[in-house]
Amino acid sequence: MASILAWFLVAMVVFGLFSPIFDPDFHIMDLPRLAICLVILAIAGVRYELGFMRNRVGDIALGLVAMLAAWLLIATVRLHVGTASAGFWALTAATWAAAWLFVERLASWQVQSPVAKRLLFLAIPAVFGATLLVLWELIVTGAGKPGVGISNALLPSPSEIWLRLSSSLDILWTDFQQTFLKAVLIGYAIGCGSAFLVAILVDRTPFLRRGLLPIGNLVSALPIIGVAPIMVMWFGFDWPSKAAVVVIMTFFPMLVNTVTGLAASEVMQRDLMRTYASDYWQTLLKLRLPMAMPFIFNALKINTTLALIGAIVAEFFGSPISGMGFRISTAVGSMDLDLVWAEIAVAALAGMLFYGLVALIERYVTFWHPSIRG
Amino acid sequence: MTDTALSSPRSLSPFAGLMSGTAGPVVVVVLAIIAIWYLGAIALNAAFQQDTYERAGRTDVPLVEFIGDTLAQERPKLPAPHQVAVELWKTTVEKKITSKRSLIHHSTITLSTTLLGFFIGTSLGILLAVGIVHSGVLEKSLMPWVISSQTIPVLAIAPMIIVVLGNSGITGLLPKALISTYLSFFPVTVGMVKGLRSPEVIHMDLMHTYSASRFQTFWKLRLPYALPYLFTSMKIGMAASLVGAIIGELPTGAVAGLGARLLAGSYYGQTIQIWSALFMAAFLAGSLVALIGLTEKLTLKRMGLSR
Repeated sequence: MASILAWFLVAMVVFGLFSPIFDPDFHIMDLPRLAICLVILAIAGVRYELGFMRNRVGDIALGLVAMLAAWLLIATVRLHVGTASAGFWALTAATWAAAWLFVERLASWQVQSPVAKRLLFLAIPAVFGATLLVLWELIVTGAGKPGVGISNALLPSPSEIWLRLSSSLDILWTDFQQTFLKAVLIGYAIGCGSAFLVAILVDRTPFLRRGLLPIGNLVSALPIIGVAPIMVMWFGFDWPSKAAVVVIMTFFPMLVNTVTGLAASEVMQRDLMRTYASDYWQTLLKLRLPMAMPFIFNALKINTTLALIGAIVAEFFGSPISGMGFRISTAVGSMDLDLVWAEIAVAALAGMLFYGLVALIERYVTFWHPSIRG
Repeated sequence: MTDTALSSPRSLSPFAGLMSGTAGPVVVVVLAIIAIWYLGAIALNAAFQQDTYERAGRTDVPLVEFIGDTLAQERPKLPAPHQVAVELWKTTVEKKITSKRSLIHHSTITLSTTLLGFFIGTSLGILLAVGIVHSGVLEKSLMPWVISSQTIPVLAIAPMIIVVLGNSGITGLLPKALISTYLSFFPVTVGMVKGLRSPEVIHMDLMHTYSASRFQTFWKLRLPYALPYLFTSMKIGMAASLVGAIIGELPTGAVAGLGARLLAGSYYGQTIQIWSALFMAAFLAGSLVALIGLTEKLTLKRMGLSR
């Protein structure tokens, strides 16, 4: 696999060197820096097959040169929007192959110290993601409409999205406040909190547990998002209606998971608590709730995504003149796609951070669980 | 389960037997929900009804008539269950399927989007899982992105996918199905990765002693082992796919489909229409998941895997 990729890389670089990369006859030889960089890249790629520098220094060199080549390519293609021809696509493919080789080398590194292992664990997906971004930039810019500029393309490039993002921070911040800080967080807190309390109540009465759990399971599979128009009708256009949708969406996963989690402690353990003469609340606080934490956090993590989706979709059904969902639907209407993508980038970032935060808290709370310890 | 240690002694009332299973409590809870619904409908619609009476100049309306009227408004804040049931009956059985008001017509559109998206999503999910299980590089580089892809509120992109693809000439089912795909591939990938890894080491060793190739190991050991996981994740994927299909119908401007019914209902304040579309969607989700459950039962029984 690796050797096929390496020779593919060489073939693509050679092809790119000897054919025009931009349309009216622009050869890579007109740009010696890039040419030299790509030759080094090809050599670094096939060095395993040729049998030299089979070590980490070589691997890192490959990564650095690939980065440099990608940067030079992007800088070049900016000046020749939409005129890419076969040679350029070959070079794009070469960049991809080099990055893939680098990821493959990284994945095969054997490191000892846990810190290094962790860093490597983060670096591999990061390189992979960066590769995707570079490819996106190269392809979109290379295939864009010549003359018009890139900004009218249906799919803007990452750099344009970034420009738009940094130039319209005030709009994005207002939307973020409206959607995330108000609707999502408040709805999430109320939904998860109330479900948690109901779950403890339900757990005390076996009758309710048997009656509510199947219904809760059923409701979890339903397209609850459909209540959004009803909530907008009941609570008006502002954030309370969005928070209400979020409450309903997050309630059932939390309920089902908490009830399941409260049943997770074993009979042996509960018997032990009884021999200690602990009452219901002591057993709940010291045994059953800690045992339920992995389940509860599972629901909390699922709910981070559901909450964001619920709030954004509810805004499609009517909202004041701010909010992520509102901005997305109106900007799509006026074909202002840069702004849409900027908004999506913010939403994605917020979603990942929210999820990451909950996952981090989980690590601290359930430090004893095998999946965290191991 | 040996749960006897903590359970309280059974009461001797005649209801004890009826209420100790699952069916009894579920029925009671459902009845309670319907009762609360009726009360809620009366409470929420009362204000409007009072207003109507005042405008009509009527002051002393008997309570029974008042309640009857609140449950029979044309555009109630919360329609009563029987109103929704009547609307459902009217729009499914009494309307011709070709009619634009037939709920069956709209459900079929949503259903076909759901199924197409589910099919693409499941295939993609299985392919990704096979890749991830067989390649360490893919696992380390792709898997984190598969997981973080779901922390992105994808549905936010839905209107854009529809508009962009529509502008480049792709309309119809596919754009909407792509949203379903995005939502449904994830559970399948995660479940299948788990499933394909579930054979024990001793089984893998046995395949090794048979000098089975990687493909043979995959086809004869890993895949059969993964099937129960596949069915479980397909149920989740199907539910997610339906959500995607409904959301995908919103930005097309309420043309057809259950999502369009929801949007049109919210534009014109037709609450009964919204609720009936909602129930239809719930029914669709329930029956699709049940269908997968049935297939699961039959398949696993034939394979001798059923518990």
